[in-house]
Amino acid sequence: MAKKGIVKFDIDKCKGCELCVVVCPKHILKIHEHDVNIMGYHPISVSDEEQCIGCANCAVMCPDGVISVYTE
Amino acid sequence: MKTVFEYTRGMLPVTTGYCPGCTHGIAHRILMEVLIERGTLGETIGVAPIGCSILSHNYLNVDMCESAHGRGPAVAAGIRRALPDKTIFTYQGDGDLASIGAGEIVHAAHRGEKFTTIFVNNAIYGMTGGQMAPTTLIGQKSTTGVDGRKKEVSGMPLRMAELLATIDGAVYVERVALDTPAHVRGAKAAMHRAFEIQEKRLGFSFVEVLSTCPTNWGLPPTAALKWLADNMIPYFPLGILRTPGEVK
Ligand SMILES: Cc1ncc(C[n+]2csc(CCOP(=O)(O)OP(=O)(O)O)c2C)c(N)n1
Repeated sequence: MAKKGIVKFDIDKCKGCELCVVVCPKHILKIHEHDVNIMGYHPISVSDEEQCIGCANCAVMCPDGVISVYTE
Repeated sequence: MKTVFEYTRGMLPVTTGYCPGCTHGIAHRILMEVLIERGTLGETIGVAPIGCSILSHNYLNVDMCESAHGRGPAVAAGIRRALPDKTIFTYQGDGDLASIGAGEIVHAAHRGEKFTTIFVNNAIYGMTGGQMAPTTLIGQKSTTGVDGRKKEVSGMPLRMAELLATIDGAVYVERVALDTPAHVRGAKAAMHRAFEIQEKRLGFSFVEVLSTCPTNWGLPPTAALKWLADNMIPYFPLGILRTPGEVK
């Protein structure tokens, strides 16, 4: 079975650019529809963390240091 | 729990002023990761340009010196003479390096200066609001070329990596891109090689980083990544243009 990944977000640094969204191989990242962060952006969220494989593609593409990735 | 990725302590814990999706943030981070992995963060001096990354000294956790527009290489050359043991880099945009600073970079390479230049090519002047750069592509719209760049008026886009690779003192020249995770990882590997060359004092090392400017390209950040891949990479091919082995 693939390794289970864990993603953590530093929400208030997110500018909602979605670069992480398009590189996620599992398509489980999405921008919050309602929530806004301290800068007024809709920040990133994870829809189904169970599917995360911990590849860190999202964190590698994040220009703002929002994302940390761990595996169990 | 095993850590796969955490934001590098080479970046100061602040929010950058860059627009959403601007790849300057990625270039900054991998540069700092490289310095940490090489154990040279504490003895590095960076030279900031004029351009959007003018405030990079507020973001990068290294000692930095500002420079006049395009004159980063001249400042770095001075630092190298005053402090011969330091690791030194310049971080420059395409307006800064390929336009007003074209003379400085050519002669830094020509003298074989022992520092590394990170050249962030986003094919436009970002900070000043989207004017045409020497690297702007044919047909690409800018505020000073509203119908798109025309060859008859502005010439063909300047390929700085190829130009510098003709100079003997430039011992390491590579072009990379930041449009995919694989390319970002490759860009980081290129920076490792460039700093290794500097540490061995073999000569000038140069990494051109193809980047996006979603705001001035008028594209959403994710579409800008695709625009880079579809338009910039064909004209600015990726790869190593020069290594020490080719330098006699
Ligand atoms: C001597 C001088 N001329 C012109 C300017 C105006 N100016 C500021 S930034 C810039 C261009 C920056 O573009 P680039 O190097 O591509 O960096 P980017 O902002 O895209 O990262 C110009 C022309 C200046 N500050 N100083």
